Amino acid sequence: MYVAVKGGERAIDAAHAWLAEERRGDQAVPELSVPQIREQLKLAVNRVMAEGSLYDPDLAALAIKQARGDLIEAVFLIRAYRTTLPRLGGSVPVDTGAMACIRRISATFKDAPGGQVLGPTFDYTHRLLDFALLAEAAPATPSAPAEGSATAPAVVPHITEFLNRDGLIETQPVSDAPAPDLTRTPMELPASRALRLQALTRGDEGFVLGMAYSTQRGYGRTHAFVGELRIGMVAVELAIPELGFAVEIGEIELSECETVNQFTGSKTEPAQFTRGYGLVFGQSERKAISMSLMDRALRWRELGEDDSGAPAQNEEFVLMHADNIQATGFLEHIKLPHYVDFQSELELVRRLRRAALAGAGGQDHA
Amino acid sequence: MREAAYNFAYLDEETKRMIRRAILKGVAVPGYQVPFASREMPMPYGWGTGGVQVTAACLVPEDCLKVIDQGADDTTNAVSIRKFFQRTAGVEVTERTAEATLIQTRHRIPEAPLSEGQILVYQVPIPEPLRFLEPSETETRKMHALQEYGVMHVKLYEDIARNGEIATSYAYPVKVEGRYVMDPSPIPKFDNPKLHRSSALQLFGAGREQRIYALPPYSAAVSLDFDDFPFAASKAPHDCDLCGAAESYLDEVIIDDAGGRMFVCSDADFCRTRREAGHAGQLAAGEAA
Repeated sequence: MYVAVKGGERAIDAAHAWLAEERRGDQAVPELSVPQIREQLKLAVNRVMAEGSLYDPDLAALAIKQARGDLIEAVFLIRAYRTTLPRLGGSVPVDTGAMACIRRISATFKDAPGGQVLGPTFDYTHRLLDFALLAEAAPATPSAPAEGSATAPAVVPHITEFLNRDGLIETQPVSDAPAPDLTRTPMELPASRALRLQALTRGDEGFVLGMAYSTQRGYGRTHAFVGELRIGMVAVELAIPELGFAVEIGEIELSECETVNQFTGSKTEPAQFTRGYGLVFGQSERKAISMSLMDRALRWRELGEDDSGAPAQNEEFVLMHADNIQATGFLEHIKLPHYVDFQSELELVRRLRRAALAGAGGQDHA
Repeated sequence: MREAAYNFAYLDEETKRMIRRAILKGVAVPGYQVPFASREMPMPYGWGTGGVQVTAACLVPEDCLKVIDQGADDTTNAVSIRKFFQRTAGVEVTERTAEATLIQTRHRIPEAPLSEGQILVYQVPIPEPLRFLEPSETETRKMHALQEYGVMHVKLYEDIARNGEIATSYAYPVKVEGRYVMDPSPIPKFDNPKLHRSSALQLFGAGREQRIYALPPYSAAVSLDFDDFPFAASKAPHDCDLCGAAESYLDEVIIDDAGGRMFVCSDADFCRTRREAGHAGQLAAGEAA
């Protein structure tokens, strides 16, 4: 009953007990282990790490288990944990050029040094339900992956570098300025590109996807080619002042997307392609591609383009609505008790109706 | 070998019938975008679901299918779609343009002229040529109905004013039979002249946007231009390094870490046919070695 929201302590305890029971489901079915989630629902784990802004597959898997598979709830658990962690320092920028790629494709060139590597992708599967998995039969053992992955060159050049060599694509200004941290300082607009990228990489995948898609359909145009998409492990290094050099502290999996976009130029300024950039934890290529389209769409001002009024070009609109923890919190809070405000509205509406009806009634009787 | 669990060419007969009616309407009104109830397909939107549905509706067991992407039969998505129809329709497949009765393509028109009786099916991402000038579908349908194409000419004019030439290099709009402005799908504008009065039936399928349109054989498809800025098909100013062809559309391939390049025909069958006939480009010897 709604009246129970006040002093409903027993109700809350009971709800939590029921939630725990529902989370476990039918006791006759074996319980999922965290390693099973980590290994077999890896893409969900990746999404939780990316949007939770914390690279820890075990904790992300735990969060998914605890959240009953609700990924936004799992992201929330990770964010709430992350915020308690002390900051030991900032890593040296990761070198994605030295990535050990499991996947690396370019849509702009048929082939390129380093090769096109499909990797573990759904792209060319036919979406036919595999009923063998339902029967939980041992899946047809795929033939051992062809040799080659182990012999991939250590440094795979970025494809956009080849365009850059000819001056066909804009050069990125290099900066050693420390990156802003939107989890430690409030967002200020207009935001720098680094801050926008940070907001996008932890933004909701569905939101960033939808916004990026809108630019493809004419609401702000990005006109993007995937210059390169690469996925693989990179080393994370930390500079230790006492030692005077950087030490590798671990490896993380990243998806990086570089788009080659609509050129700018004029009769006097030679035309050049422009760039969009996406970098996301884990194998999260949908997000990386969406992010790079949004990055490009939001750069309209610095590239001297017109504001077409499209939502995807509106930095404030995009950055203020991309975070699903903020969004879901505010959206769902409307189910909390609001009866004090509602009461005042109720009285107002009654008063207005009374006035209007009195006026109308007066006419009827006239 | 055809998989028996699915109907011939995957789609059920009622769906194929619905698609065929849309195709017939498209053929009757060349260049007009016919809405159709596009189905969910077992490959994602953007992979050619429109083309696949049109192909599925057109295929008969006697057909010989060729599938190309970027002009080549061996590109991953072409391989995938070809396998899909081998599996669900069991039709004969080929890489030879001349042998195929139905060719599904993404982004290219084969170099060799097509002949009567052949069907060329295009995969279309954005069927609306006015979309990037007017995002609203309600508006663009009205603009087509009223032949209100002024904005397109203004856009082309502004391109010339800014860049000295029309800055559209693919998906270059054409006017069909003097009536509808049509998006030829993202083929390079080099291919646009091949649309015009082709002997083959050309069908365009856009799955996500739920549109089908058509160019019946021998219909006129004229690239938009101005008297003083006539349309010009363009390509890389090279000959093919493998077969020496001077008149084919070329891919630029990076061949070493120093950024070295070679240029090869994007139409793989065209290139191979020429090499089999004894033509050779300047790097052909290296390839044979």
